[in-house]
Amino acid sequence: MTNFSYFRPGDLNSAIGDLITHEGAKFIAGGTNLLDLMKENVERPARLVDINQLSFNSIEETEGGGLRLGALMTNADTAYHENVQNRYPLLSHAILAGASAQLRNMATNGGNLFQRTRCYYFYDLATPCNKREPGSGCGAIRGFNRIHAILGTSDQKPETACIATHPSDMCVALAALDAVVRVTGLAGERTIPFADFHRLPGDEPWRDNTINPGELVTAIDLPAKGFPQYYAYIKLRDRASYAFALVSVAVALEIENNRITDARIALGGVAHKPWRKPDAEAMLIGQAVSVADFQSVAEALTEGAKGYGHNTFKIELAKRAIVRALQQAAKLEPTP
Amino acid sequence: MVSILGILTMQTTLSPESGVRPKNTLPEKNTVTLTINGSVHQLELAPWTTLLDALREYLHLTGTKKGCDHGQCGACTVLVDGKRINSCLTLAVMKQDTEILTIEGLAGENGLHPLQTAFIEHDAYQCGYCTPGQICSAVGMINEGHAKTTDDIRELMSGNICRCGAYPHIVDAIEEVMQLDSNA
Repeated sequence: MTNFSYFRPGDLNSAIGDLITHEGAKFIAGGTNLLDLMKENVERPARLVDINQLSFNSIEETEGGGLRLGALMTNADTAYHENVQNRYPLLSHAILAGASAQLRNMATNGGNLFQRTRCYYFYDLATPCNKREPGSGCGAIRGFNRIHAILGTSDQKPETACIATHPSDMCVALAALDAVVRVTGLAGERTIPFADFHRLPGDEPWRDNTINPGELVTAIDLPAKGFPQYYAYIKLRDRASYAFALVSVAVALEIENNRITDARIALGGVAHKPWRKPDAEAMLIGQAVSVADFQSVAEALTEGAKGYGHNTFKIELAKRAIVRALQQAAKLEPTP
Repeated sequence: MVSILGILTMQTTLSPESGVRPKNTLPEKNTVTLTINGSVHQLELAPWTTLLDALREYLHLTGTKKGCDHGQCGACTVLVDGKRINSCLTLAVMKQDTEILTIEGLAGENGLHPLQTAFIEHDAYQCGYCTPGQICSAVGMINEGHAKTTDDIRELMSGNICRCGAYPHIVDAIEEVMQLDSNA
């Protein structure tokens, strides 16, 4: 990895102040993705600002009856936290479907949001990649793209083409739960609805999210509604554990008297961000639980999906996974 | 002499990253204090030294293995404050003020750690390269207390790869220490 300097601030202001006064500086928390990318020379920060002494490592109740997940709490401590397991089991399951026990012990909630894609071409400095080197092209579109996106891709202009996926499991559940990201910068604190935090590649595939330079994620707020009764997280991958999703589906339902009163469906492994489509979810509201409806929703949710050769199988796989996850969440089918 | 200086100046000026990187591209080493297996060590380390490299290259604690160096294989697993982590994906300078336990620190006055004994009894390795990581990971898993079944063990040990394929015996050894009945 390239040489860098290191600073460990004791409070939020000096962390942000140090970052913005040093060009090429980056925050480091768990480091599980950043150090990996630094060893590959994909990331070459001139300075690391270690935020681990800041105090965002707890889980607290919010005034609205939800939970505030500290950005520095580890993924493992979050997934196994009693309140998360009992009130937001979808989130707990999604976190535990990702990475390995060692990595979950290191990786933080804030850092999970900033994971970069695992696109092979993003990692391979010998190939073009618009995300790594803006304007250089996309190696994946005509390359080996088995793990790549089928929805919301950018493929019209070579200089902005990108079919990368967002790799997180946790974020798929957070999207379904309508979480809110709290960030602090020089201008003070602001909140970002989860659906607006990550972005599609569009004309700027090098931008993964909507955060501004010098802003730091301090917490993720979960709304009161946690869907503890009807939920499912299905992750399909090339081995049974410790692999990124080819397709994953987070489903959260509210069912009263066999009628669906609320429905959330988020997909992972298929797009540049967790994929939701409120129109498709709305098709279920007020309806009785029915597999035929689930199939219609799967069609609507994947409308416009496009394969690039090796990944074309994901379109059908995603539809079937959506139906299966809805069946599991509605308890039409036992959860394995 | 003038020309040599001229060249040096030019190279500095033309560096594509000048202005981004500190002029001195080799930041001074810092004193890093690490507590490993109960002993305190003071090392002069560059900030980019991973915990794994500090253990192996500076303290000669070579029981912790470097497999992939990217957090994919688990050979570098150590315990930090009782929790298992990949020592290749953290910087030594970030792990000051913690208690680090490596495979060298597991055996006590009364001999081997029960997991070490169980690995020997169950022949839970072939080449042995992944074994220190497997054992440290299993210690961490037992500390965490979430594994209740054989399937749980297999899932929660998935961060440790064994290229020889000794998994069945590794699971047997861990089950014995956990006193899980694999036939239950």
